[in-house]
Amino acid sequence: MQKVTAKTLSGKAASLLNAGEVKYVLGWKKGEFDYDITPALFESAEELEKDFVWNDFSCANLSKYLIKYTRSLSGKILVFLKPCDTFSFNQLLTEHRIDRQKVYAVGVPCSGMADEKKIRENADGITAISETEEGYLVHTLYSDAPAFISKEEALLEKCLSCKGWAHIALDEQIEGEVFAPSADRFDQVKALENMTPDERYHFWQNELSRCIRCNACRDVCPACTCEKCVFDNPNSGVENKAAANSFEEKMFHIIRAFHVAGRCTDCGECSRVCPQKIPLHLLNRKFINDIDSFYGEYQAGLDEGSRAPLVDYDTGDLEPSQVFDWRDGQNA
Amino acid sequence: MPVNGYKPLIVAFCCNWCSYAGADLAGNNRLNYPADVKIIRVPCSCRVNPMFVLRAFQRGADGVIICGCHPGDCHYTSGNYFTRRRMALLFSMLDYLGIERERTRVEWVSAAEGAKFAATMNDFAETVASLGENKRLEDLRCKK
Ligand code: SF4
Ligand code: SF4
Ligand code: FES
Repeated sequence: MQKVTAKTLSGKAASLLNAGEVKYVLGWKKGEFDYDITPALFESAEELEKDFVWNDFSCANLSKYLIKYTRSLSGKILVFLKPCDTFSFNQLLTEHRIDRQKVYAVGVPCSGMADEKKIRENADGITAISETEEGYLVHTLYSDAPAFISKEEALLEKCLSCKGWAHIALDEQIEGEVFAPSADRFDQVKALENMTPDERYHFWQNELSRCIRCNACRDVCPACTCEKCVFDNPNSGVENKAAANSFEEKMFHIIRAFHVAGRCTDCGECSRVCPQKIPLHLLNRKFINDIDSFYGEYQAGLDEGSRAPLVDYDTGDLEPSQVFDWRDGQNA
Repeated sequence: MPVNGYKPLIVAFCCNWCSYAGADLAGNNRLNYPADVKIIRVPCSCRVNPMFVLRAFQRGADGVIICGCHPGDCHYTSGNYFTRRRMALLFSMLDYLGIERERTRVEWVSAAEGAKFAATMNDFAETVASLGENKRLEDLRCKK
C-alpha cells in the first residue's frame, strides 16, 4: 500500500487544473483488471475524480509519454513521477526529447511497487485484488476466501534494489517517505560472470529462446526513442518479426541493450513489461556495471546535460583485450 | 593455420588509413597470412557498428577482428577511442552470453606495420582455429 494516497495526488492535480496552471494530467487509471493499472491522460477534475488511480500497481513510468504529448498537445502537462522515473525524465531532457517548458513535473514518494506477474503466478482466475497494510488479498473465481501474498513476496524486481534516491528535476514534490533499498543490483550480474562460459551460454539460451519479439521492451523503454528503429527497418531482415532462430534472438537482445548502453537509467520497465519474463535488466545491468567499472561510475539521468559514456572517451581507457583479465581480477 | 585440417574464416575490419595500408604492406613484402582472412575496408575503425560484428558471425565468420590506427593516430582524431569503448563493451557482453571471448579482437596496426599485420592475423587465425567452428553465434540458414 502506498503511504501517499490517490486522493492527495488527484486533489493536487485537480487544483492545478482548476487554477489553469496545467491543461492536462498524465497519471494512471484502471485497465481490464485490478493489477492492470495503465497510463492515462486526464483533462478535468471530474475525470480525475472518476478514474485516477495511484496504488502499488501504478508501476508505469510516465516519462516517455511526454515525448508524444508535449508534441501533440498544446498546454502544460502535469506528470506524476516516482523517484526512479525522474531519472528517465532527466535523461529525456538531456537528449532533447521533451520541451521542459511544457511539463509540470510532480514528484511522488513511492513505497515500492507490486509485480503483477508474481501475483498471477500463484493465482488463476483473479477477479479482484485489494491492498492491505502488509500485502494483497487476491480474490479468485475458485474460492470464496481470498489468498494473501505479502508485499515483500510480490515486490517488483526493480524495487528490490531501488536506487532509493531523492527525486530530481521537479517543479514540485509531494512529501513522504522514500522506499529504502535492500539488495545490490549487480549481485546477479556478478553471479553470472562467475559461471563458466558454458553455463552462461545455456542460461541465456534458455531465457532468450522464450522471446516472441513483441517489442514491448523496446516500446516501453524511455531510452529507446529513435524516430526510426533499426528493428523497424524493412531492409534489416529483422523487422518486427518473431526471431527465426537463436542467432536472431541473441542479436535482438545484444543490439537492444547496446543501443541504450550508457543511457539506460535502470528504470526496470523492460523487464516489467516482458510477457515472457525475460530478465532484460540483467543485460542492461551488465553494461551499466561494465561502464561503471571500466570508465568510472555513471548514472544516466542523474545530471542533466552530462555526456553519456559511449559518446565520450579517455585516452587512457582500457583496451578491449584487457577487460577480461582486469574484470576477473576484480571478481576474484 | 589449419588445426587438424580445419581452417577458420576470419573477418577483419580494417580502417582505410592505417590498417588497410598495413595489410597492403604485408602483401608487398610477401609476408604470409592465411587466405581465409577476409578484409573489409572501413573508413575508420569506428565505422564498425556492433551489428557488423554480429552479422559477420551470422554469415559464417569464426572470428572477427577490428583493426585501426593506434590510439592518438586516428585519421579522424578520435574515432578509434570510440571504437575502443564500444568494442570493449560489446566483447564483454558476448562473453557474458557465453560466446568464446577469443573469437573477437581489436588490434591497432599502422600503415608501416606490415609485419605486425601478418603476425596478428597468423596469431588470431591460430587462436580461432583452436576453438573450432563458431557454433554459438551461427545462423544455420546462412550455412552453405
Ligand atoms: S518484451 Fe520480452 S518477449 Fe517481447 S520482445 Fe522484449 S524480450 Fe522479447
Ligand atoms: S533498457 Fe529497460 S531499464 Fe533501461 S531505460 Fe530502457 S526500459 Fe528502463
Ligand atoms: S582512421 Fe584509422 S582508426 Fe580512425
